Amino acid sequence: MAGPSTGRPSRRSRALRPLAARLVFLGPGLGFLIVFLLVPLALMMSYTIFRRGRFGGVVYEATAENFGRLFDPLYFDIVLSSVRTAAVTTLIALLVGYPTAYVIARLPRRWKTIALIAVVLPFWTNFLIRVYAWVILLSGPGLVNETLTGVGLIDKPIQFLYNEGTIVTGLLYSYLPLMILPLYAAIERLDPQLREASANLGARPARTFASVTLPLTVPGVLTGCVFVFVPCLGNFVIPEILGGGRSIMAGNLIRDQFLKARDWPFGSTLALAVIAVLIVLLFLQAWASRAYGGTEGRRA
Amino acid sequence: MSRTRYTRRLPAAAIAAGLVLALAACGGSDSTSADGAAPSAATDQLNPNADLTKQSLDITIWDGYSPKDLPQRVKSKLGFDVKIAIHDTNEAAMARVATNTDSGIDVAFVSGQYAQALNEQGLLEPLHPELIPNLANLYPEASQLSFDKGNKFSVPYTWGTTGICYRTDLVKAPPTSWNDILTPPDDLKGKVTMMTTERWLALPALKALNYSINTTDDKQLAQVKESLLKAKQWGMLYDDTTFGAKLEKGEAAMVEAWDGWCPTTNPKIKFMVPKEGSDLWSDTMVIMKTSKNKEAAHAFINFILDPAVHSWVAENILYKVPNKAAMDLVAQNDKELLEKNAPLKMTPAELLKGESIIDLGEASAKYTRLATEISAQQ
Repeated sequence: MAGPSTGRPSRRSRALRPLAARLVFLGPGLGFLIVFLLVPLALMMSYTIFRRGRFGGVVYEATAENFGRLFDPLYFDIVLSSVRTAAVTTLIALLVGYPTAYVIARLPRRWKTIALIAVVLPFWTNFLIRVYAWVILLSGPGLVNETLTGVGLIDKPIQFLYNEGTIVTGLLYSYLPLMILPLYAAIERLDPQLREASANLGARPARTFASVTLPLTVPGVLTGCVFVFVPCLGNFVIPEILGGGRSIMAGNLIRDQFLKARDWPFGSTLALAVIAVLIVLLFLQAWASRAYGGTEGRRA
Repeated sequence: MSRTRYTRRLPAAAIAAGLVLALAACGGSDSTSADGAAPSAATDQLNPNADLTKQSLDITIWDGYSPKDLPQRVKSKLGFDVKIAIHDTNEAAMARVATNTDSGIDVAFVSGQYAQALNEQGLLEPLHPELIPNLANLYPEASQLSFDKGNKFSVPYTWGTTGICYRTDLVKAPPTSWNDILTPPDDLKGKVTMMTTERWLALPALKALNYSINTTDDKQLAQVKESLLKAKQWGMLYDDTTFGAKLEKGEAAMVEAWDGWCPTTNPKIKFMVPKEGSDLWSDTMVIMKTSKNKEAAHAFINFILDPAVHSWVAENILYKVPNKAAMDLVAQNDKELLEKNAPLKMTPAELLKGESIIDLGEASAKYTRLATEISAQQ
């Protein structure tokens, strides 16, 4: 890592200085991650092979039963249906986010900044409050229903809330910016001359998009998809608030193992399973980025 | 206040899942307390004339569950320092005190079932009633709680039950039975909520079927599952924390609720306990065996049981306290508060009709699974 140290002792001291400097800069962040990410992660992984304790916690008797329970249809189906919900959300986010990012990337500089601020603006408000705002908007006596009945379009409030659709809506709303930003970055840095070249060679805009723009932005697409998919899978607030507690996602299942069932080992095993899925996804994304975007996407 | 209620109940919710006590229904609990009393035999003699100013107390309690100036009041009245540690959940309290080494905690506030479990492990100091003369302030019923009959190792701090909280203007007929929640009329579709935490999710169906809330019988639980699945297909919603707000906004018309959580200060909202009966929960004070300040700990509990102190809980958290003198004081000080909060007026006799939720040990996993099955059903 610290540069070429092979067989040139005279350069070692010079190589060490940047290493020391790097440590100074990296140290705090690295230390934080090791203490607050790696250590808890290692703890969690170790819990998976033990039994649950009387008051929560774990009893250090080795067992493999937690992994066996993963394949219980009850839990397996919950994880599977969460993957489906997260995938649907990601797909819609991509379909909505790509044109948005595309337009933002082509805006004049001033408007670009304003548009980008607008995209991240929701993050300035607490997540829970934003989710709850949807309840206020959509509930039976809520704003939308009141307006519709007030105008006379409907006579009885429509039940918008508490179904799969509202869950996807909530997830989409919450994580769309995470799709738009990487897409914007990918589209923004595309060399406009490539598009011009394509047009000069006689390609119509649709063809240019399909053959030039889209393939070159695949790394951004994949990054956006992972950014949206991952938090969707782990979310437990939205199914509870916007789903009316009627459906359960992997995030809820894990949370419940810790807070309600007091089964830390099984909760850890579930969490590990979700992490495993995500790691596979990240590898796929890295692999596909390289295959598609080639070195171009990486270097730019 | 709302935060207190949230933090207090969420843990209680977790009561369901896991102490490894093999005892089931109330019948068993007598022997529990008897067993539990066993370790008490070899207890140090406490000195009633100990110099309390040489002691100090560490207590662990839910946030907002005691008066803010409690340490100052104890200091000026009894002369020793009190340090308060906060726990969010019963589990957190357990993690703190359920160790074999001295946790440094002298007095812990935990739910009844947890007190029972701690005592089973021999971690609690048997109470010395002679050092707590204010026990006389408690209702006689307060010593009849099935996790600790006779208050051998715990003193109840609050108690209450679960029932139906509803909007009088939104339901056509006031509910009388748990079946009114499980199979409500169609015009209430999307306006009825139940709790999702395991034991309270099962409670309405168990009681409607006339089963014990502590049952571990697979056939009975299968019937419960069927009943709950039907309710979900009908359009039941689930809410453990915001049902009170939903009622106030008119977003819900009828909800399963803990008594202290039903916003009956709103004249349109009423609380009732269905005719099939319900549960009885209690949060208690216990003294740790490892405490080196046992005389001060007893004096502290005695101080809490002082009507002027204990009434604070009823007046500020709107939970009933099992302290007759304190409840009388509330009635005397603030009659309006009682009038506005019907659940506060429930008598101990009414409360005692409720069945205490007892820990089911390994069998509690059945309730966890039931809850997951209900929520996984599309």
